[in-house]
Order: sequence, then C-alpha cells, then structure tokens
Amino acid sequence: MKRSHWSIPYAIFLGVFVVLPLLLILVYALQDGSGHFTLANITRFFSDSDALGTFAVSIEVAIENTLICILLGYPAAWILANKELNRSAVTIVLFILPMWINALMRTLATAELFGMFGIPLGKGTLLFGMVYDYLPFMIYPIYNVLNKMDKSYAEAAQDLGATPWKVFWKVTVPLSMPGVASGVLMVFMPTVSTFAISEFLTNNKIKLFGTIIQENINSSMWNYGAALALIMLVIIGISTMFTGGRKEAEEALI
Amino acid sequence: MKKFLAQCYIWILMVLLYAPLVFIAVFSFTEGKVMGRWNGFSTRLYQNLFTGQMQGSSSLIAAVENTLLIALVSAAVSMLLGTIAAIGLHNMSGRGRRALTFLNNIPMINPDVITGVSLFLLFIFLHFTQGYLSVILSHISFGTPYVVLSVLPKLRQMNPNTYEAALDLGATPSQALWKVLIPQLRPGMISGFILAFTMSLDDFAVTFFTRGTIGLETLSTYIYADARKGGLTPELRPLMTLIFLIILVLLLFINVRQAKMQKSE
Amino acid sequence: MASDEHIIDLKGVSKSFGDKKILDNINLYIRKGEFVTLLGPSGCGKTTTLRLIAGFLAPDEGEILLDGKDISGIPPYKRPFNTVFQRYALFPHLDVYDNIAFGLKLRKVPSEEIDQRVRKVLKLVSMTDYEERDVDSLSGGQQQRVAIARALVNQPEILLLDEPLAALDLKLRKDMQIELKEMHRELGITFIYVTHDQEEALTLSDTIVVMDEGRIQQIGTPTEVYNEPVNSFVADFIGESNILNGTMIRDRRVSFIGHEFDCVDEGFGENNPVDVVVRPEDIYFTKKEEKTQFTATVRSCTFKGVHYEMYVDTDTGYELMIQDYDAYPVDSVVRLYIDPDDIQVMRKERTCNTFEGEMADETHVEMLGGTFECLPQAGLKAGDKVRVEVAFDKVDLLDHQEEGELAGEVHFLLYKGDHYHLTILTEDGDHLWVDTDDIWDKGDLVGINFAPEDLKISKRNEA
Repeated sequence: MKRSHWSIPYAIFLGVFVVLPLLLILVYALQDGSGHFTLANITRFFSDSDALGTFAVSIEVAIENTLICILLGYPAAWILANKELNRSAVTIVLFILPMWINALMRTLATAELFGMFGIPLGKGTLLFGMVYDYLPFMIYPIYNVLNKMDKSYAEAAQDLGATPWKVFWKVTVPLSMPGVASGVLMVFMPTVSTFAISEFLTNNKIKLFGTIIQENINSSMWNYGAALALIMLVIIGISTMFTGGRKEAEEALI
Repeated sequence: MKKFLAQCYIWILMVLLYAPLVFIAVFSFTEGKVMGRWNGFSTRLYQNLFTGQMQGSSSLIAAVENTLLIALVSAAVSMLLGTIAAIGLHNMSGRGRRALTFLNNIPMINPDVITGVSLFLLFIFLHFTQGYLSVILSHISFGTPYVVLSVLPKLRQMNPNTYEAALDLGATPSQALWKVLIPQLRPGMISGFILAFTMSLDDFAVTFFTRGTIGLETLSTYIYADARKGGLTPELRPLMTLIFLIILVLLLFINVRQAKMQKSE
Repeated sequence: MASDEHIIDLKGVSKSFGDKKILDNINLYIRKGEFVTLLGPSGCGKTTTLRLIAGFLAPDEGEILLDGKDISGIPPYKRPFNTVFQRYALFPHLDVYDNIAFGLKLRKVPSEEIDQRVRKVLKLVSMTDYEERDVDSLSGGQQQRVAIARALVNQPEILLLDEPLAALDLKLRKDMQIELKEMHRELGITFIYVTHDQEEALTLSDTIVVMDEGRIQQIGTPTEVYNEPVNSFVADFIGESNILNGTMIRDRRVSFIGHEFDCVDEGFGENNPVDVVVRPEDIYFTKKEEKTQFTATVRSCTFKGVHYEMYVDTDTGYELMIQDYDAYPVDSVVRLYIDPDDIQVMRKERTCNTFEGEMADETHVEMLGGTFECLPQAGLKAGDKVRVEVAFDKVDLLDHQEEGELAGEVHFLLYKGDHYHLTILTEDGDHLWVDTDDIWDKGDLVGINFAPEDLKISKRNEA
C-alpha cells in the first residue's frame, strides 16, 4: 500500500465527524420541526429582537475585547520577542500556560476575585474577564511572528537611515501583521460564541451569542439553534477570509 | 531604564494573568465555604479530596474519573489516528494534501459551541445514543488535529532517506517503520498526545452538548452545574490547584524540551 | 579492476513523474568492479537513475538487469546493493555502532561476528573507537565515514553513492576523494557514483556517464569526455572551454573566429556548420611570425594560482579565454596559434528552431501553445499541419514575461565568443534556442516574440 493512503482512515473520520456535522447544521437550519424545507428559522432571527440584541452586544464586546487585547498584547509580545529585553524562553511559556487551564474554573475564580474586592459584576467585569481569558491567544501569534522575523530587515532599515521609532512603525509593525491577524481570529470569534463565561462574569446580566445557541439547543429548538449556529459559521467564514486563516497561529501554539 | 519599564510591564501582566489561579491555590489551604474568606490555614480540603469525605463527594470523584478516562482514551486514539494520518499527509501532494490540511484545520478554527452543536446534531441524526462513546468520539475529533500538527514537523525534519536507508540495509517496510520511522516520530507523538489530553481535560462546551441525558458529568460540566446552583464545592479548589500544577509541569516539560531541541539544531 | 562482465544493464529505461519525463530511454551497462560516475547538472536524472538501480523507484518502461537477470520485481531490501545517501541518512536515534550493525542485526548475524565486522569496517574508514558516539555529535566528514561503513559492512556487490561528498568543504572533499579511490581498489567491488562536480568525476572514475535533461549525452573515460566531448553541452559542463560556431570547409580543414585552421576531424561533409571546442590551455602564445595563426589584444589577466587566466579579443572581434603559465600585460597585442590536435569539432544538434504547428487562418499559425502572426501563406488554409522554422537570431526576448506572446525562462547559456546561445524553456515545457548579444542570466524570466516575416512555414506531410 502506498504511504499516501495512510491518511484515508483519518479522511473518512474527518468526513463523518467534521464535514457531515457542519452540513447537518445547514440541513437543520433550513428545516422546520417536521423536516420540511423552510427559511423561517433564518428570517426568525432577523425579527427576533432578543437574539438581534444579543448578537449586537456580542459583536460589540468582541470588538472591544479584540482591541484591548491588541493594545495590551502587542507590546508584551514585542518585549518577549526582543532578545535584549527578555533573555529567557520560559517567560513566553509562562504566558501561554493559563490558556490550558480550565476556562470555567479560571472565570469563576476571577468572578470571586471581583466579589472579594466588592466590584459589581457587569459590562466592565465581563470585558476584564474576557481580556484575561483571551490575552494569551493574542500575545502568542504576534510573539511568534516577531520572534521568527529576520533581524536584518530592521538592520537594513537602520542602515538606510531610519530611527528606531521609524524602524518599528515602517518595518516591524507591517511585517508582524500576519501575527496580529491570527490573534484577531483567535480572540474575536471565540468571544462572540462564548457561553457560560459571560453569565458567570455578569451574574446573568449580559448574554453573548453562544448562550442563546446553547439555550435553544437545550430546550430542543434544534432547528432555530442550528440556524443561529449557521449565522455564526457564515461570520467565521467571512472573518477567516479577511484575516487569512488562523492556521499559522494554531500551528505556532505547538 | 527601557529594560526596567519592559520588565515591569511583563510582570504586571503576568501577575494579572496568574492572580485568579493563585487566588484559587491560596484559598485551597483554608476551610471557608466561599473563596475570599480566610478561616486560618488548613489542609482539610486536601484531606477531604483524597479521603472522599465531603458533601456530594461521590459525584465529584466520578466526574474526575470520567474526565481522566475520557481524556486518556481520546488522546490515545488521537495519537494513533493522527500519527498514521500525518504519515499519509506527508506523502501526499497537490490537491489531496491541501484538502486534507484544510479539513484538519476546521476543528481548530471552529469555536467550541459550533463544534458542540454540530456534533450534537450528528448524533441526533444518526440516532446514536449519547454517552461516553459520543463524548470520546467528539474529543478525538478535536484532539487529532493537534497530533497531526505535532507529528508533521518531525516528518519534515526527518531525513527522508533514513527510511530508504533502512530498506537499503535489508529491513522490510514494516521493520523500517518500527525501527527507524516511529523512533524518530516519537517526540512529536508524545507532544501530540499531551496536547490532545490537555484539550480534552479543558473542554466544556463539546462535552456539554454531546454527553446526552445519562447523567455523565466531567469536571467541567460538574463545575458548571455547581456554579449555577450557586457556590462551588470547596474541594474543587485543591483539585484545581493540583490539576494546574500537573499541567504546568507537563507543558513546561514539552516546551523546555522543544526549546532545547531547537537550540541543539 | 574492471572486467568485461556486465553486472548491471539498463535497457531502454524511462521514468516520468507526473507529466515530467525525468529519464528518456536510458541504455547503459556497468562492468563488474568498475567505478562509474553519473555526472550532470541538477535535474538531469542522475539521482533518479541511481534510485532505480537501488530499487526505490520502478521504471515506467525498460528493464534493469543484474548479472543478466531482470530485477524489477525485487524490493530494495533484497537487492545485494547498499547506498551511501546524500546527507548520509544516519539514524539519529542510534549510536555509531548500532547504525553500522543495523543491517547485520536484521539478518540475524551472530553478535560476535557483528562485533568483528563492525570493528573491521570502522578501521577501514579510520573511525576506530567511535562505536558509542551519538551520530549527531559527529562532524560532516565523520558522519560520511560512518555512512560508508554502514553500507560496506553488509559486503554489497555494488556500492551506490549519491553525491556523498556534496556537503563537505573543499579540503575535506579532496581528501575523501582519495580515500574513496583507495577503498574502491582495496575492495574490488563496483561503485556507482552520482555527482554534479565534474572535477570529482574526472578524479575518481573509470567511466563517466554525462547526463542532461534525462538523456545520456556521452559515455567514456575521463580523458575521452574531456578531450573529445561529443557536443557543446558536454564541452561546456566538463572543464573550461571556448565553444565557437564554425564551418567545416572540408575534411581536416575548419574555419572559426574568422580564420581557417587545420584540424584532425573528418566526415563532417563540406561547408557544413559545426561547433568547435578549444580548451583555454590549448591556445598558445608565440613570438614567431610564421607560427602565428591570428593576433589578439589582451583585455584582462588574472592570476589563478598555477596559471594565469586571460581574456583576449581576436583581430576578428571574438573573445577567447586562454590559460598560460606566463602573464601578458593588458592591452598588449599577442600572437596566437592552436595545434590541429587540440581542435575538437562537433556536429551541431540543430541549426535553427523547428516547431510543429497548425494554421489558424491565412495569416496566423498556432504553435508552442500560442498563436502567432505570419505573412500571408499561399496554398495553406486553416487547419493545415505545418512546420515552422525560426533562425536562432530571429527570436525576440523581452524583459517582461507578459509582454511576449510566450513566456519562458533562460534554462542554459553558452558564450560563443561573440554572442550568447541561450536555451529557453517555455512555460509549456517546450525548448527554443536563441542567439543574442544581450546579457541574460540563468533563471531570468523572459517574454518571447517572433516577427511575422521571420516565420518560415512549410506544409508538413502526414506520415
């Protein structure tokens, strides 16, 4: 047997457990409860003020979260990738470690911390908690691009008369944009689709889009739930196209 | 001066990132029912955890067992499936390779909720009874891509001639596989296993949607249910502290080893 | 030394990867005990040939014989050959001893015998006492020795070597060449050696097989391929040379660089265009007027260690390279002559570009995957199969690929004394040949155009 055929079992597995499920979202989204084709689930979303409101809030929170993560994460990634400022490779490992700890537990602990300091739960705490949860996902891809960047670009710019500040803005920042794009993808979509976390961080005051998908599925409104999931998939598709895929970032995580 | 400011910035972020984890760890050494109230130092919660003397202990212990069982089985299967797939993928070219790489990335691009919902619909569609098996299959589906991505670089680094060299020296293809190929892929397979294992431990959303109604609880779903009821079981604090330490050691181990290997190259 | 008995025969062997033909009808025999080198630039098919012999690839057509028996069905692990791989391919998870013992252990050789044989072969490659070293801790040269030992310990009938010295630096490479030659003499087995380094091939081999574009260009001893190259590719690839357009006036009389010379070649007909090769060390300086065949002005003179390398412009406007032990000052006028023995005349492979095409309409012809304007062709209608000839110097090369009707890449170039002769590979994989005064480099992307009046179209007879 040819060695390239070794991927056949996995290809079949992916077909059943990745492709078919995604197709089923489409199928269920376009069906009513008795299995007939309908667009009602989709149109329902656009007339459901509750869902639309949640959607708007989710996008807003996600944009804010993404921006804050870039503002906080870019300098951190830059410092970590700078050999003069940071000699230890372990620091970056410490930064990404929290990513691997149960997000629910971390979120609950954060909520308790707010409680201990008497900070009322709401939009502010939600954003804080989200930034806290997703900051490592922004830092790491940027760090990776910066770390692998050929130093001679910066040296060449300096040689041609650029000040360190100009080097940063004209060379380093443009060349690190793929890392920022990966970071955006890894922060933005998961924020929109979060469920459970937003409830705990706001004491159920603010729901995000993931929560209403979950509520519909859990109350057996599969078709409407699937329609909402389909809308998310479309947004994922669009943002993936804009940011050029998060593959590199995921690969970089390993 | 610049260096000092940079260091300060890094340390402030680090403190913020670790504050909740440290918070949990600190309050695992006191008996208070809620976090944030210090009732004096005590290792009672640890004792309770290990002796099983606590409120609702059986369900927490069952949840831990389920979590470990699911993580071990799914990570082992992922490692096997992913390694074989990576060898196949490495030897593919053109459109097939691009298509499979794309498919392999989907589980990583999809947010948990989408993965969870889509798999939920799959099991409904197939009339597949949801329980351990559906959860394990789901975990394999998001764990395997990480194994593939850990093994592929090892295949790429490997001198492609070593396999042929083994054949040249008289090894049959299967001898060459076991004596030459697998030993060189092993570090990637182990990294992939650990990643798949950690992803499984950490998962909440996918398990939540695919566990069915047989009352299967993993640590995540247990915590979720606990928190919704209001008030976390205090013994979760020492448990989380321990899990955090284990993951810390595992991941430091992988990363330090990787950094060393990169340096030696 | 080599006997007359063939150990390997390749008969009509062809191999393609996808659409690309890597080997085209290779016929070759290798004698027992011979040191044969497959020599050619990268992509010429030499490594593919070696891998076919080793059994890692199977030929699409033709057969490979070992001692007269077809071995196509035999997998590599059952063939009595061992290979020294490019970049060594030592097993990184095994130490030196286990690397070398790998093949013997698989064949369940008793461990005392393994011990003995490993020690013996380590001594042969001067690596005694390295048994326990990690292979990653060895230098390139040491890894090379272990790779050779690992192959030789199995006592193969043929040792296959795939550019084994390519990764080593120059000094070490020279030393290893001598050692390999010694080993070959000592062991008496057949060596098949692949390299792109012509000097290495000349130093090591009993027989050199020069390959290019999947075809064998010439087979011969080192002196044969150096002194009597059969075509301009071989002449250019092996050693330094002046390759010039010439005309065979009659037997033993040839004209090139605007002068006539006596030579020793016969059988090229009369007034036929030929290629002429003169090695730079074969052009002599003289003071005597009666010996002088032509004069030239020295343009540059560079010291190269043993000799000086000079470029001169002849009185007829050609540039020649000359190597001599004496230096002549720049701008001085010198008298030169060439011995008849040192003039190598070669048949021209082609004298103009010939394409097969089809008329699109009266003033357009389709060929090479494009449509080209031509002058109105009387007696030809759309759909007629035609042959199109274009002179080498009538092909227009453009700086930008998109400006041309065709796009291509400079694939090979030859300086012919007063102009360059380029081989262009089009995007569709067709070759065309161009004479130009402009300077191009290998790998340059070019656009290609023809002027309508330069297409000579004739009807092609369907056979």
